[in-house]
Amino acid sequence: MSNELSGQVAIITGGASGIGAASAALLAGEGATVIVADLQKGSQPEEVCRFVTHDVASEASWQALLADVLRHDGRLDIVVNNAGISGGSGTPETTTVENWQHVQAVNSEGVFLGCKYAIKGMKQTGAEKPQSGGSIVNISSVAGLVGGAGPTAYTASKGAVRLLSKSVALYCAEQRNGIRCNSVHPGGVDTAIFNPLWQAVGHEQGKAFIGSRHPIGRMAEPEDLGELVLWLASDRSRFVTGAEFTADGGLTAGLLRRSLFAPS
Amino acid sequence: MPRLENKVVLLSGGASGIGAETARQVVREGGKAVLADRDEAKGLALAAELGAAAHFVALDVTQEASWQAAVAATVETFGALHGLLNAAGIGVRNSIEDCMLEEYRRVNDINSLGTFLGCKTAIPAMKDAGGGSIVNISSVLGLRGAAHAMAYCASKGAVRTLTKNVALHCAQMKYNIRCNSVHPGYIDTPMIAPRLEQSDGNMSGRQSLEDMHPLGRLGRADEVASMILFLLSDESTFSTGSEFVCDGGLTA
Repeated sequence: MSNELSGQVAIITGGASGIGAASAALLAGEGATVIVADLQKGSQPEEVCRFVTHDVASEASWQALLADVLRHDGRLDIVVNNAGISGGSGTPETTTVENWQHVQAVNSEGVFLGCKYAIKGMKQTGAEKPQSGGSIVNISSVAGLVGGAGPTAYTASKGAVRLLSKSVALYCAEQRNGIRCNSVHPGGVDTAIFNPLWQAVGHEQGKAFIGSRHPIGRMAEPEDLGELVLWLASDRSRFVTGAEFTADGGLTAGLLRRSLFAPS
Repeated sequence: MPRLENKVVLLSGGASGIGAETARQVVREGGKAVLADRDEAKGLALAAELGAAAHFVALDVTQEASWQAAVAATVETFGALHGLLNAAGIGVRNSIEDCMLEEYRRVNDINSLGTFLGCKTAIPAMKDAGGGSIVNISSVLGLRGAAHAMAYCASKGAVRTLTKNVALHCAQMKYNIRCNSVHPGYIDTPMIAPRLEQSDGNMSGRQSLEDMHPLGRLGRADEVASMILFLLSDESTFSTGSEFVCDGGLTA
C-alpha cells in the first residue's frame, strides 16, 4: 500500500458488491476517498467508503450524486461505471422490448450518464483541484467482444459501452481536459450476476463449471478485476485512453464454444 | 444463374441510400425486394420503378407491431422470407457533453432496438422458409470511436455484438439462418449530407471526408450493396457472426 490515490475522490457505481466492492476496497486502500453509489448499501464500513443511494438509470439521481460529492468532498477524480444487470437469459427470439429497454437503461444509458456527469465533475476546479483531469473506467464485458457470452439485450448493451468509451476518450482528448476513459471486459466473475446459476446448481458446482470454460481453469474473483480498475484509475495508466482491457482468464484468446456460460 | 433467384428480401431503410441500392441489385439478380421505410413517397416510387419484383410497406423500426406487419406483408406478397437487410438508421452528431438522454435513447432505439426487432421478427419467417440470411448495417464507428458521434458509436457497437449473438443463437438452434454485420465507411448517401456541409479549416466537408479514406474518395451505395448481396446470397453460406468492412481502407 503506497497511498498513491491520496487526496483523490472516486465514485464507484454498483459499489456495494462484486467488482464494484472489490474496486472500492482497493482504491480506498490506496488512500482515495471512495463513494459507493448503489441501490442498496453493502457491508463496507462507513469509515472506508461513504455510501450514497443511487440509480444509474436516473439522470436526476446522477445530478444529486454529483452535487453531493462536490459539496461533501470538493472534487472528483475517478468514476468507475460498474453497475450493470444481466437482465435474465433472453435470446433473439425471446427477448421482449420491455426487457431490452430495461437492460439498455441500466447498462448503456447508465454508463452514458455516468460519463457525462463524471466529466462535469472532473472539470470542476478550485482550491481542492487546480486542474481538470481524471479517469473514467467503464465495465463492459466479454459479451461486448463476442456474441456467445450473455443474453441478447446484455450483449448489445455491452457492445454499446465498448464503443461509447472510445467516443468519450477521443472527445476528452480533443478537449485537452486531461480526462481518460477506458473499457474493461471481464469474463466470468464470481458475483451476484450469476445468482440464478448458483441457485440452480449450487455455488461451488456452478463456479467449477464456468471456471472450466476459461483456459486459466477458474472464474475470476472480484479482486482480480479490482486490480485492473485500480491501475486504470491511477496515474500509472496516464497514456492509456480509448482502449479495451480484457481480463477473462484467456476466454476470448482462442476459439470459443458456441455459448460460453450456458450448460450445453 | 442470377445470384438471388427466387429469394425474397425485406429491406428496412429500403427507400433510400444503401437500402435502395441493395433493393435494385436484389431485383437485378432475380430476387424479390420488399422496401420497408418510413418515407412512403420515396418507397412507393422506387417500388413502382422496380416493378412486379418489388413491394413497399410502411415501417417504423422501433415498433414491434410494425415489424410484424412488414414480415406478414412480405410473406403474403411473395410467399416467403429468405433475406433481411437492417439498413434503417440515423446519424446524429453529438458528444458526451452535449448529448441529452432523450437523444441518446432515440438514436439507440432506431439503430439498435430497430435492428434487434428486425432480427427477432424475421427469424420465425425464415425458419418457415428453411433458412435465411440477415445482414445488419453497423458502421466503421461500430469498430472505432469518434469524438462527435457518441450516441451513434454506442448504437453501432451494440449492432456489432448483437449480430454475433443472433448468429450464434441461430447456429445453435440449427435454423440455417446466418447473421453478419457490414461496416461501411462514409458512403455518399443522404445520411451524410449534413456532414458534407461542414467545412473543416480550408477543406470542404466533402474534401475532408474524402481525405480520411486511404482510397481518397467517399464510398458509393452500390459498392456496399455488392457486399450485402454476397452476404444475402448462397455465395456466403459458411459466413456467420462476422464483420464485413467496406471502408476504402479507413480502419486499416
